[in-house]
Amino acid sequence: MVTVFVITAIADPNFLSAYNMQNTVKWSSLYGVMSIGVAFVIITGGIDLSIGSVVGLVAVVLSFFTKIQGLDPIVAIGLTLLMSVLIGLIHGLLITKAKLQPFVVTLCGLLIYRSLSRWLTDNQSLGPVPLEGDLGFENLEQILMLDYIFSGQIPIGDFFKLPTPALFLLVLALVGSIFLRKTVWGRYLYALGNNEDGARYSGIDTDRMKIVAYVLCSFFAGIAGILFAFELGSVQPAQTGEFYELFAIAAAVLGGCSLRGGEGSILGVIIAAAVIRIIFNSINMVGISTHLEFGILGVVILLGVIGDEMLKKKMAERQVAASEKLAAELSEKSKNNENLE
Amino acid sequence: MSSGSGLLLEVKDLKKSFPGVLALKGVSLTLGKGEVISLIGENGAGKSTLMKILAGVQPADSGDYHIDGQKVDFKNVREAMDLGIALIHQELNLASNLDLASNIFLGREPGSKGFINEQKLHTEATRHLKRVGLNLPSETLAGSLPIGKQQLVEIAKALSCNARVLIMDEPTSSLSQKETETLFEVVKGLRDEGISVIYISHRLGEVKELSDRVTVFRDGENAGELAKDEINHDNMVRLMVGRELSEFYDREIHKPGDCVLKAVNVVSPTYPEVPVSIEVRAGEIVGIAGLVGAGRTELLQTFFGVTPSLGGELEVQGVSFSPRSPADAVHAGLALAPEDRKQHGLVLPMTVRENASLPSLERDQKMGFLDHSKEREIADVAVKQMKIKTPSIEQPARFLSGGNQQKIVLGKWLAMNPKLLMLDEPTRGIDIGAKREIYKLMEKLAGKGIAILFVSSEMEEVLGMADRVYVMHEGGISGELQKNQMSEESIMQLATGGSLTA
Repeated sequence: MVTVFVITAIADPNFLSAYNMQNTVKWSSLYGVMSIGVAFVIITGGIDLSIGSVVGLVAVVLSFFTKIQGLDPIVAIGLTLLMSVLIGLIHGLLITKAKLQPFVVTLCGLLIYRSLSRWLTDNQSLGPVPLEGDLGFENLEQILMLDYIFSGQIPIGDFFKLPTPALFLLVLALVGSIFLRKTVWGRYLYALGNNEDGARYSGIDTDRMKIVAYVLCSFFAGIAGILFAFELGSVQPAQTGEFYELFAIAAAVLGGCSLRGGEGSILGVIIAAAVIRIIFNSINMVGISTHLEFGILGVVILLGVIGDEMLKKKMAERQVAASEKLAAELSEKSKNNENLE
Repeated sequence: MSSGSGLLLEVKDLKKSFPGVLALKGVSLTLGKGEVISLIGENGAGKSTLMKILAGVQPADSGDYHIDGQKVDFKNVREAMDLGIALIHQELNLASNLDLASNIFLGREPGSKGFINEQKLHTEATRHLKRVGLNLPSETLAGSLPIGKQQLVEIAKALSCNARVLIMDEPTSSLSQKETETLFEVVKGLRDEGISVIYISHRLGEVKELSDRVTVFRDGENAGELAKDEINHDNMVRLMVGRELSEFYDREIHKPGDCVLKAVNVVSPTYPEVPVSIEVRAGEIVGIAGLVGAGRTELLQTFFGVTPSLGGELEVQGVSFSPRSPADAVHAGLALAPEDRKQHGLVLPMTVRENASLPSLERDQKMGFLDHSKEREIADVAVKQMKIKTPSIEQPARFLSGGNQQKIVLGKWLAMNPKLLMLDEPTRGIDIGAKREIYKLMEKLAGKGIAILFVSSEMEEVLGMADRVYVMHEGGISGELQKNQMSEESIMQLATGGSLTA
């Protein structure tokens, strides 16, 4: 990451400009929130492919409530978040109680929520915030306040303005990290991801914990959906959030989560989400053809994962060596004891 | 043939280590032409490891390997087979959807240019099937045969590769009495043809009947040899455990207390037609014996809520109890050290600390948060009490030996103060030192009034540890034996479906 950073900074000084930095921070934060969500699911050994569609649906429904229905925007936000929680709950129930595969359940989710968005709006773009020419917006004052909260900027010093999504990311990351590292449920998620049977035989209600993971994932996607809606201003039912799940999963994997489950940390995922944004930004800045951007991203993720595997192997070897040394010492000791006897 | 030693196979000073454990510490073995030897030893003595090395499944770290007096070296199963060594696996490896002939010649089909010569395939197969006493059409589907006959097909398959040495690892562990007898007839017939057999078994009665010589392993080393006229039960056990039996299984009979677990007509999903009733009292150590596949593991899993019972009634200390999941069972004070330690007993990549504290986390939580000091305390207590050999409590469980892993499993349950501790094959794959510690612990826990119910395929373990034993056969309890009624013969009788008329 540092290398990419330095190279780009040298190649184009604009990269370090306040404007560009703000943008990078903002987009990293928006993607980061989603990535944290999917990390919970990936840690349990599952997958959620519906994130992008949930982001889209939440953004669409929020705009629909505020613009078309004229609902109090705070109520609208509450309802859309509730909807995202329900979506996660349905995923979790289908996966644990009906014993369907996560890939299948969330793939169907991806299709269903996307088409719901388009149907609900007749595939017309709309937004939660009034754009030029929009008439008859209700609750305007509240909406503008919310717009500031969700996509505003807080000046820091004379040059830099901190985008508010970064604050959301910070808080959510902190809460997520504490949840995973300090709570009983967090430990259960890791245990379950490493060995579901082992966790179940230890008396853990593994079904409940899986449901929790899917609920958290959709809830984080819901928050991301609201942030995106305010950031974009205009939501395209057919496109907003499309393929975002792949970015989120890529960030989780690059950040150290194994799709086999049981591994990963929030910090790693956020750094990875930022790296991905910076790579995209750099490609633009340095003037590499944007047609290549996915290819470069793919290569970077591959390299990252290979490096990670090698590192793990090294560490495992070290631990095996420690065990063997101990075993040798102990057998030596017991031999001495026998001799004494 | 080299200078008339007559030895077909000889290995010297073979060593093999796995992470955290030295499985073979330099063992030797000889085998003459047309000789049947038995290799015996307690679980974890290194028998299976040696067999896998002999058959090319895994390489040794060091040591000499001679066939016909020539030093040989092979890297895989195929090369071992070319030298005439074939392993008959404990679990059968036939493709159930293929017929017998195709199974026997799988991967070596006669024919040319990619086409199979069907006629040759079937005549050759029939010939080999006859050698093992199977007069079946070679078109029979392998999956349609009972397990005993499948085993014979495996042997026919080995013979078709011109095997000179057959290694049989616990071949009778899931056979009926009659199937066992048939197998013995076949083995004796092959011996007379000049084929050598290495026979591994826990059943000392079978070993005595079949062997020309017995080699005993203990804790990865040669513990002794018995010539044909020295083979008897006492000699074998003495060499296997390295001391008098009474000293190894140090049991005191405690006065049984109140009934802890009472099962009346409980039905496990694997055997839906066979209701089971048993009882375990506080301070009692109760064994469940039987053949592999008799439904012992399934019964424990039903008690533990892994596969909920389909009927009948369960009581824990007089309170009705119907577990839908292990979580329910744990809440009721039950604990299970499962047979498959790596898959069910532990979360291998997690540390000793995380594994030991896993069931207790919920009890020790502070408003949902982990209590780190309590967690470390539990792990420290487990390491100390169970004498777990680990560099630290932060070592992943995966890097510890089988014995130490089992101790973690026991440690995590002891932290829960269970009323009933169930152990499924508690000492499988465990070295003798750890084994003894586990027996001592079982004794100590029974002394404290915990009820203990254990499943074991190892006869000595059942005879040595149990106050009382239930014997299972095809899903049901075929009999209950008190301490004074227990013997290898009485247990085998019940386990193979006979009744106690003698």
